[in-house]
Amino acid sequence: MRNTFANTFFEAGQQDERLCVVVADISPAGAMDKFRQTWPARFINTGVAEQVMIGLCAGLALRGLRPFAYTIATFTLFRPFEFVRVDLCYQNLPVTIVGIGGGVTYSTLGGTHHAQEDVAVASAIPNMSVIAPCDPAETRLATQWCVKQERGPVYLRLAKAGEPDLTASAADGFMFGKLRYLKRGEDVCILGYGPILKVGAELAAKFEARGESASLVSVHTVKPLDREGIETALRRHKRVIVIEEMAPSGGLGSRVKEIAWDLDARCRVDCFSLQDAFLHNYGSHGDLLAAHGLDATTLAGKLGLA
Amino acid sequence: MGKIERQAGFDVAAARQRCLRYRRRILDISQRVTALHVAPAFSCLEMVDVVYHGLLRRDPGRGNSGFRDSFVMSKGHGCLSQYVILEELGVLLSGDLAAYCTPAGRLGAHPDYGTPGIEASTGSLGHGMGICTGMAYAERIQSRDTVIYTVLSDGEMQEGSTWESMMMAANLGLGNLVAILDLNDFQGLGRTSVTHPHFYPIVDKARAFGWETEEVNGHDAAAVYGAVTNRGGKQPFFLVGRTVKGRGVSYMEHVPIWHYRSPSKDEYQKALAELKEVAS
Repeated sequence: MRNTFANTFFEAGQQDERLCVVVADISPAGAMDKFRQTWPARFINTGVAEQVMIGLCAGLALRGLRPFAYTIATFTLFRPFEFVRVDLCYQNLPVTIVGIGGGVTYSTLGGTHHAQEDVAVASAIPNMSVIAPCDPAETRLATQWCVKQERGPVYLRLAKAGEPDLTASAADGFMFGKLRYLKRGEDVCILGYGPILKVGAELAAKFEARGESASLVSVHTVKPLDREGIETALRRHKRVIVIEEMAPSGGLGSRVKEIAWDLDARCRVDCFSLQDAFLHNYGSHGDLLAAHGLDATTLAGKLGLA
Repeated sequence: MGKIERQAGFDVAAARQRCLRYRRRILDISQRVTALHVAPAFSCLEMVDVVYHGLLRRDPGRGNSGFRDSFVMSKGHGCLSQYVILEELGVLLSGDLAAYCTPAGRLGAHPDYGTPGIEASTGSLGHGMGICTGMAYAERIQSRDTVIYTVLSDGEMQEGSTWESMMMAANLGLGNLVAILDLNDFQGLGRTSVTHPHFYPIVDKARAFGWETEEVNGHDAAAVYGAVTNRGGKQPFFLVGRTVKGRGVSYMEHVPIWHYRSPSKDEYQKALAELKEVAS
């Protein structure tokens, strides 16, 4: 995802000289280094200083440029939070802040580097849009949208590297603010965002193995949420399952349940998320998800698919 | 691009008359609503006046206030000083000031981006320097001859974000950035020189961070104007203006309560009676 973002951003940088990137001492991997070499004036490194990274982006945007703040998710959003809120969101500036390693991607670095409540925090700010693509191909489409958008601030939540392709045979294209069906079924609907959708795909296969057809949906735009799309999903399926690599409060699961209540939906709704806890565990990304109970085996058990 | 009118010199006598008018106007506004922050506006008034009437270059074709250069009131709580100037310049309407802090109006106690003449939303301290650093850099890489001015409070210099931005502005060599510090030595809980003595000397710290610096009496318009216009311009410029909080009204000077309070009717009359031109 990280490399796909950098490649796509570099391509966009050739078309639009207003695009700049402001990093806080993150090593410019892949095409990001090419961006730095090609347009040194448009690559700004603030050093280990995240508040000025965001403030500087605001100033650039106020003077007609289109900056992207780029570093690890905890440091693009949490550390300079009030700058994101005031400088970007209150002023409603078209600045994208890219969070690398959303959720527990940085699985060996401990809780300091886990952005496990980022989507809830970002979604709570007025004017902010939140986009979390599920695989590299969707990252490309999301990035292409971000470099052109003029509506306001965006939190682009990415993972890091090695995510499998989930969208090659997607039923729908990418449209900001709309659910994207990767696969359409009738009985079960699995909603999620980010690379955790891989677990959703495994569960969908298990449902199908026992004769229930399953929809698999990338809710890449968590905010503004496609309320109409969620309502349709709740009406057309007997069972709706939400999986998110995020805290249990303030995310997609809570929203889907709110909408289900308002709609007086008849389907069953099950939501799965990270725990509301700092776990002192280390290992692979999969190990961390398993520690939070967010792995395919645990979820299959909870859903009666084991 | 429109014709840029450069200010020719600076008429100090005219500035004194203007500032007397502005102080009266601010006191008038304070009688209609609970006008917050009269004293912080009085401390930076001469410096803000120099920015608007001496430093900002006019360019009728550009910007939302007809200036080529930009000004951001980083100490957002001092914005009454900015509002009365923008009113006189015709950027804000007198109806705007009349409806200050009321449901009918569009001006609050802190400046909002989108209001005519206001280039950034401030009020939360420690934001102006970062925004101005971004603005100044953007102007430079787009090859535009533009200077970004900002006025900060001394309390604001306690924000880490201000120092992050100062490091960055110096590292970027932003000679088109001018920061003016309203050093009135007061903050919420009293005199800064008493509560945080090692905060001083500020000018040395700014210089150590790579800025060109100067220190003057912040009520001496000629000194402020002279220091800024005579700067080298290779590095960002940091001007420390020593000021008196509540300057111009004896019972407000150096008295912390006037950070927030509006004068009563009697206090208002007393203030008007004693207001005169501030010489320095």
